[in-house]
Amino acid sequence: MIEINNLHKSYKMGANSLHVLKGLNFSIKEGELVAIMGSSGSGKSTLLNILGMLDEADSGEYTLDGVPIKNLNETKAAKYRNKFLGFIFQSFNLINYKSAMENVALPLYYQKVPRKQREEKAIKYLSQVGLKEWAHHLPNELSGGQKQRVAIARAMAAEPKVLLADEPTGALDSKTSYEVMDLIQKINDDGNTILVVTHEEDIAHMCKRIVHLKDGVIVEDKKVDQVRASQYV
Amino acid sequence: MFNKDRWKEILEVLTSNWFRTVLTAFGVFWGIFILIILLSAGKGLENGIMKDFGDIATNTMFMWSRATTKSYKGLPKGRSFIFKTDDVSSIRENVPDLRFISPRNQLGGFGGANNVVRGLRTGAYNVYGDYPEIIRQDPMSITAGRFLNYSDIEEKRKVAVIGEGVVGGLYDKGEEVLGTYIKVQGVNFMVVGTYKKKSNGGDGEEGQKEIFVPFTSFSQAFNRGNDVGWMAITANDGTSITEIKNNIMAVVKENHKVHPDDQRAVGHFDLYEQFQRVQSLFGALRFVAYFVGILVLLSGVIGVSNIMLIVVKERTKEIGIRRALGEDPWSIKLQILMESIFLTIISGMAGISFGALFIYLINTILDMNGPVDMFANPSVSLGVVIGALIILIVSGLLAGFIPAQSAIKVRPIEALRTE
Ligand SMILES: Nc1ncnc2c1ncn2[C@@H]1O[C@H](COP(=O)(O)OP(=O)(O)OP(=O)(O)O)[C@@H](O)[C@H]1O
Ligand SMILES: [Mg+2]
Repeated sequence: MIEINNLHKSYKMGANSLHVLKGLNFSIKEGELVAIMGSSGSGKSTLLNILGMLDEADSGEYTLDGVPIKNLNETKAAKYRNKFLGFIFQSFNLINYKSAMENVALPLYYQKVPRKQREEKAIKYLSQVGLKEWAHHLPNELSGGQKQRVAIARAMAAEPKVLLADEPTGALDSKTSYEVMDLIQKINDDGNTILVVTHEEDIAHMCKRIVHLKDGVIVEDKKVDQVRASQYV
Repeated sequence: MFNKDRWKEILEVLTSNWFRTVLTAFGVFWGIFILIILLSAGKGLENGIMKDFGDIATNTMFMWSRATTKSYKGLPKGRSFIFKTDDVSSIRENVPDLRFISPRNQLGGFGGANNVVRGLRTGAYNVYGDYPEIIRQDPMSITAGRFLNYSDIEEKRKVAVIGEGVVGGLYDKGEEVLGTYIKVQGVNFMVVGTYKKKSNGGDGEEGQKEIFVPFTSFSQAFNRGNDVGWMAITANDGTSITEIKNNIMAVVKENHKVHPDDQRAVGHFDLYEQFQRVQSLFGALRFVAYFVGILVLLSGVIGVSNIMLIVVKERTKEIGIRRALGEDPWSIKLQILMESIFLTIISGMAGISFGALFIYLINTILDMNGPVDMFANPSVSLGVVIGALIILIVSGLLAGFIPAQSAIKVRPIEALRTE
């Protein structure tokens, strides 16, 4: 599903530049649930942004579902993001003047799905994350965990090939974190490919594979026995 | 582009901060309001002054003789001369494109002594010896009887057409006027018609106190021989009297052995030139109205642009999220542009409506208090309104352009990072 080859990225800051990703290689198959770990500043978010086409690598190859991702203009990148990817952010990033349902329906709006279908689908995904009753509430009427579940529903709404989650539990307490991970595991059980950036060991072990980044290189890439989050909920 | 969701979003954004939206809209509102008011005031002035011109054929000049100021062909300067009836025919022969050439003679005048008597009543009136065409050059409406005709001219009938003002001065109320006689400097004329002039100018009263008699009978009754006091000459439509007046004056100078370069020997008043001058004044007024109005509007538009920039700035994060979710940058740009155009047009329409209401009120007040000098019926044409709308759409586009550009300038990743 995802193939990266010798990926490099540096940030220029004035005269000097900071080499953040120093030649990464890995591949992720369909249906995997991968945790990306590493200490702060190791380049996890940078990698995820490149995979999410929000940022571009300086060199190296990136193939997503057989499509080479390079030299994208903004219009094309937007289209690919909409079609291929779902994002889950640490700070939820819901649009605060739109209801939960409208937030979930947003990616479908950009696909020009008619309103009625859009709303049906949004309700469907909201009930999957257990928030059907909250469909018409605004984000600031929801708890952190509920917001993240709305965000997950939104990421799922367009039925993307890959879900990218950058510290999805970073702003949540451990109980809520496990609820969110339970949800992510269930989505993965349905066959969806998911990447989760985290620096929490317990969260990482709820995935099926852990990729360890350190100073811009992969120092470890191992399969793990998945810990089911449901037992903590 | 015009789907329901887009409009919902526009309304959501604009109503999320009412106070700011109204304040922003006010700039454009005020600009258009001022523009409409200025244009309609200009139109009111124009209507008022045009009314003073009345129905007078404006392509007309008046011409009279004065003393010469140059000696010529053995004749001394300072010599007086008088137009003759022959001058009329030689002008007609030598100058093409003339519609009317009316020789005129005149008795009395403003503030003159009493010259007209009827029974025990007397009055001081202007008495003109005229050809029938004069009614086409200085229009009046016949309120009873008829105007002069060519039989009157040929048979030198002692008939007169008198103004309503003369009727008021010489007759009792309700008294029969037609067929009665008035005595002008001792000569009896029978009244065959009465008239009323439409002109609302300052000399409106004076205009109703005139007496018209046939040119030929006038000459005979008051011993003018072939003399012509002055002439009213109108050119054909399509030819301006201003262009050919020198040819006309050259003819009479030639006839009376006046030096061709003697500028003062023939006096004239060119109505067309005056008319043109007034017209160009209105052109200038219109220009000023547009200039001021558009400048005020421009400051309103800059206000809109400024607020839109702030709105975009505030929404940086949101725009970042939407782009991460796959919204086309063009769609975002369109959204900002439409917000700006919508705001501009709504406030502009309000300005136009209030302007129209204001004009309506002014007109009502004018109607209630009777006519005012040099000002009548201020109004704006549909063309101006449509023009204003086009200006609004363009300004809305301009106002939204920079903010729209800046909305997609920030890369989504940077937009997401801002908190
Ligand atoms: N836009 C940028 N400009 C300059 N430097 C940047 C930029 N983004 C990230 N960096 C730097 O690149 C390095 C990697 O950042 P990154 O955000 O990928 O780290 P991370 O692994 O996600 O860390 P954390 O766990 O704190 O989120 C850091 O040293 C950071 O300072
Ligand atoms: Mg990070």
